[in-house]
Amino acid sequence: MGQHRVIVVGAGPAGVRCAQMLVQRGMRAILVDENRRDGGQIFRRQPDSFGRSYGKLYGTEAPQARDMHDTFAKMRDSIDYLPETLVWNIAGKRLHLACEGRAFTRDFDALVLCTGATDRVMPVKGWERAGTYSIGAAQIALKAQACSIGASVVFLGSGPLLYLASSQYVEAGANVVAVLDTSAFSRRVRALPKLLARFDLVRKGAGLVSFLKRAGVKVETGVEPVEILGTDDAGVSGVRYRDAGGEVRELACEAVAIGQHLRPETQLADLAGCRFAFDTATRQWLPECDELGRSSVKDVYLAGDGVRVLGADCAEVAGQLAAAAVLGDLGYPIDAQGLGLLKQKRTRFERFASGIAEAFPWPAEQITRVSDDTVVCRCEEIRAGELRRVVRDEGAREINRAKAFSRVGMGRCQGRYCAHAAAEVIAGCANVPVEQVGRQRSQAPVKPLGIATRQEDA
Amino acid sequence: MKPRFVRLAETGRKSVRICVDGVEFDALEGDTVSVAILGNRSHLRTTEFGPERRAGFCMMGACQDCWVWTVDGSRLRACTTTVIAGMNISTKQPEVQWANIA
Amino acid sequence: MKPMNADVLIVGGGIMGTAAAFFLRRRGRSAILLERGLVGQQASAVNFGAVRRLGRFLPQLPLATRSREIWAKLPELIGHDSEFLASGLMRVCYREEEADIFESYGTDAAHYGLALDMYRGQAMRAKFPFLGPEVLAAQYSATCGHANPRLAAPAFSRAAAREGAQIVENTDIVRVEKDGDSFRATSADGRSFRAPNLLITAGAWAGQLSAQFGEPVPINGQGPQMGVTEPMPYGIVPVINVGSDKLEEIIYFRQVKRGNIVFGGGRRSTAYLDERRAKVEPENTLTQFQRLRRLAPALARLNLIRVWSGVEGYLSDELPVIGTSRKVSGLFYAFGFCGHGFQLGPGVGDAMAEWIDTGSTSTPLQPFDIGRFLS
Repeated sequence: MGQHRVIVVGAGPAGVRCAQMLVQRGMRAILVDENRRDGGQIFRRQPDSFGRSYGKLYGTEAPQARDMHDTFAKMRDSIDYLPETLVWNIAGKRLHLACEGRAFTRDFDALVLCTGATDRVMPVKGWERAGTYSIGAAQIALKAQACSIGASVVFLGSGPLLYLASSQYVEAGANVVAVLDTSAFSRRVRALPKLLARFDLVRKGAGLVSFLKRAGVKVETGVEPVEILGTDDAGVSGVRYRDAGGEVRELACEAVAIGQHLRPETQLADLAGCRFAFDTATRQWLPECDELGRSSVKDVYLAGDGVRVLGADCAEVAGQLAAAAVLGDLGYPIDAQGLGLLKQKRTRFERFASGIAEAFPWPAEQITRVSDDTVVCRCEEIRAGELRRVVRDEGAREINRAKAFSRVGMGRCQGRYCAHAAAEVIAGCANVPVEQVGRQRSQAPVKPLGIATRQEDA
Repeated sequence: MKPRFVRLAETGRKSVRICVDGVEFDALEGDTVSVAILGNRSHLRTTEFGPERRAGFCMMGACQDCWVWTVDGSRLRACTTTVIAGMNISTKQPEVQWANIA
Repeated sequence: MKPMNADVLIVGGGIMGTAAAFFLRRRGRSAILLERGLVGQQASAVNFGAVRRLGRFLPQLPLATRSREIWAKLPELIGHDSEFLASGLMRVCYREEEADIFESYGTDAAHYGLALDMYRGQAMRAKFPFLGPEVLAAQYSATCGHANPRLAAPAFSRAAAREGAQIVENTDIVRVEKDGDSFRATSADGRSFRAPNLLITAGAWAGQLSAQFGEPVPINGQGPQMGVTEPMPYGIVPVINVGSDKLEEIIYFRQVKRGNIVFGGGRRSTAYLDERRAKVEPENTLTQFQRLRRLAPALARLNLIRVWSGVEGYLSDELPVIGTSRKVSGLFYAFGFCGHGFQLGPGVGDAMAEWIDTGSTSTPLQPFDIGRFLS
C-alpha cells in the first residue's frame, strides 16, 4: 500500500484518537494544531513552568486527560506534528497553512477536520465592556493560567459548562457570587429520560449543583439577563436579571462569565465545500456527515465537537470512527465488530446530547427580545437596533445580506460570537423561522492572517 | 489601576519584566500576555468603535478581541502569546501616523 | 397570469439597472426591474469600490464625469451617500516608462476636464509618507475617491421604488423576445413582463440575453481577488493603485473611515456563471500581500480578516457594451464593465434613462456600441 497523505486538523480528543488509530495501522499522518501543545480545549495543558497536579487541573477527568496526553506523547515520533500552525484556507485537495509568518501548503488524500468548538453566546446589554468573558474563557483562565477572571464572578448562561466551570472556580478558591441559568429547571426534568443515557454525568451534574449550594453560591434557574452593569472605564460592576418569578434583581460583581453551551467551529468544513443542514434541536446549521464522519465532500471527514457538539467522550469515539472511514476508503481492512461497538457508544452520546439540548436550550426567544441598544456584534460594535433597522427598512432578511448592510459579522471574529444571535434577532424582526434566515458563509482566512506572511519557497 | 484577574495559584514562578503604557512591572513566566497585563491592570485595549475598554473575551484565540499593539508598531494576540521579558505594549491605538515610513 | 406592463423593462439589478430604474422614474417613465437574486449582489457588490476617473480609457471620461457629478449629489438624489468619500485617488509606478505614460495621460486627460497632478521624490514622500521606497512617481486626482459597493445599488433600488419603479427580485428571466411592438420577458416560474423598451444590464450573463436577439458578444465572467484587513486608525486618505502593464504587479487599496483597508488587484480567478460565484485563490492572496508590502510597507503590520470574490463581466476588448441594439429597435444595453463599472453606474443609469426617454444621449458613447462585435 503506497504512502497515503492523511492530514488531521486539531489535536484535541477527536484529532488525537484519529491520529492514534491511523498510526496503529502504519500511516504517518500529519497532525496540525493551532495551539502550542496537544489537548484541545478540555484537556488544555498548563505551561511548563506550572506545577499543579492532573487531579487539581482536570478533577474527575484527570485519568482521561492523562491518557490523552500519554497517547499523544507515545505517537509523537510517528506523526508529522505541526503545532502553532493555522490552517487558513483550503482549495481542492490542498491545505493552506501558516506558522510564524510562513505560509506553506500540504496536499492530502484524506483530510479529517477535528476543529472543536467555542462557546455559543447570547448578547447581553453591556457585555462589550471589560470584565465579561465566555464561560470557556473563565475555565481557561483557571486551568491554563491559574487565574480567576475577577475578584467576584457571576456565571450567567446555560449548559453543563455553566455548572462545571463555576464549581471549578469555587474549588480553586475563587469568589463565585452566583450561577444563573437561563433554562427553567422543569426542562431538565422533562429531558431526564434522554439524559439518563449518561447516568454518570447526570449524577455528576447533580453533584455539582449541590456542591455549589453547599458552598453558599446562589444558584437560580429560569432567569433572563437584563443587563451587565458597569462603566466604560472600569468595566463590569454587576448583573441585572429577571428571576424565574419575573422580579428584576441585581447582583454586584467584577466579572461575568457567559455562555450557552458550545458551537462547532465549522469554517474549514465550509471552505472545503461541505454541505450544511439546519439542526432544529439546537437551531443552528451543521455540516452533514454520515455515521462514520464522511462529509458530503469526497476525502473530507469530520469528527468531534467541530461538526456537532457531543462532548469529549464522543469526540474520542468520533475520531476513531473517522479514522476507520479513512482507512476503509483507502482500501485497508477494518474491524467491523470494533466499529459496531463504537457506533453504539456514539448513539448513546447522541441521545444524551439531545437531552442536553432540551434541558439547556439556546434561549432564542430571549435573544429576540434584547433591547435595541444591546450590542450584537462585539467586533464592529453594532447594536440590535441597527440590525433590526436593516431588516425593516432595507429588506435584509437573510443573514449574509444583513451582514452586508449592517456590518454584523464583518469583524475580526467573522461571526463566531454574533452570527447565531444575529440570526435570531433577524428572524424575530422579520417574523420568519430562523432557518429561513440562513447561515453566515465562511470566508478565508479562518482566523486573521498577517500581511507580513511570506510564502515558503517550494 | 486595579488588576482584573486574580492569581489563585502558581505564584511561585520566575518574574518576567514587561512594560505596558510606559509602566514597567513584573509578570510571571508562562503567563499569556493577557494574564500578564490583566494581572496588573483592568483592560487590554481601547476600542475602535466605542467608548469602552476591552479585556478579551474567549481566552482561546477565537474572538480576536485581545489584539494589542507593541510600541514598535507590531500586533499580537494577547491570549495566545506567551509573555517574554522586554515586551513593550500599548493599550491605546497608535496615532494616525502608524502607516508613515518617512 | 396577466403580464406586468411598463414603459421599460430592465433585466439585471446591479448598479446599472437600479440607477437606470431611478432615473427613468425621474423622467416619468414607468419601469420594471427584474433581478434573479437580490439587487446589487454580483459585480456591483464585490468590486473594489473606487470612484475613479484617473486612468480610464480616455473616451470614457465624459461618461465618468457625468457620473462623478451624480456621486456628489447622492444624498439629495437618493437619500443615501453610499459612504462616498472624495478622498483623492492616485496611481503610482516603479519604473520610468510608466511615469512617462502617466505624464502623457495627464496631458490628454486635461482636454476632458480631468485635472491631475504628478509627484516625485521629496514632494511625493512628503505628501504620501506611507509609500514604499521603490515607488518612483505618483499621479494624483483630487476629485476621485471611493464608496461602499455593497450599499450603492441597493440604495438606488430603494430610491427607485420610492419613485414608483417596480423592483422584482428573486425572479429568474429565462427568455426575452420581441413580440410585435413590445418586449416580453418570461421568468422561470412562468410570470411575464411586457414593455416597448428593454434595457439589458445583466452583467456577465448579458451575453446570454443579447444572443437571444442575434447579438452574441465575446464576454466571460472573472473573479476579482479581494481582501480586507482589520480596522486601523484612519490615516491613509487617498485610494492607491499601482499602474503597470504587468498584471502581476497590480495592487490597489483604500482605507475606509472605519479603518479597514480593502485591497484587490492582479490575476482574476475563473467565475462560474451557472453557480454565480467565483473563488479567491489562496496563492493570489499571498502574492497580494507581497505587493502590498512593496507599495506601503506599514501594511505588513496588519491582519487580513476576510477575502471575497464574485462575478464580473469582461468583454474581450476590456470595454463595456453601452448603447442601442443594432438589430432590434427599443432594445438597449449597458453591461460588461470589466471591473471598472462601479464609478460609472450613476452616469450610465442617467444616460440610458435619457436615451430611452428622448431617443438620444448627450454623452458620447460610440466606442461602446455593441456593433463592434458584429462580424
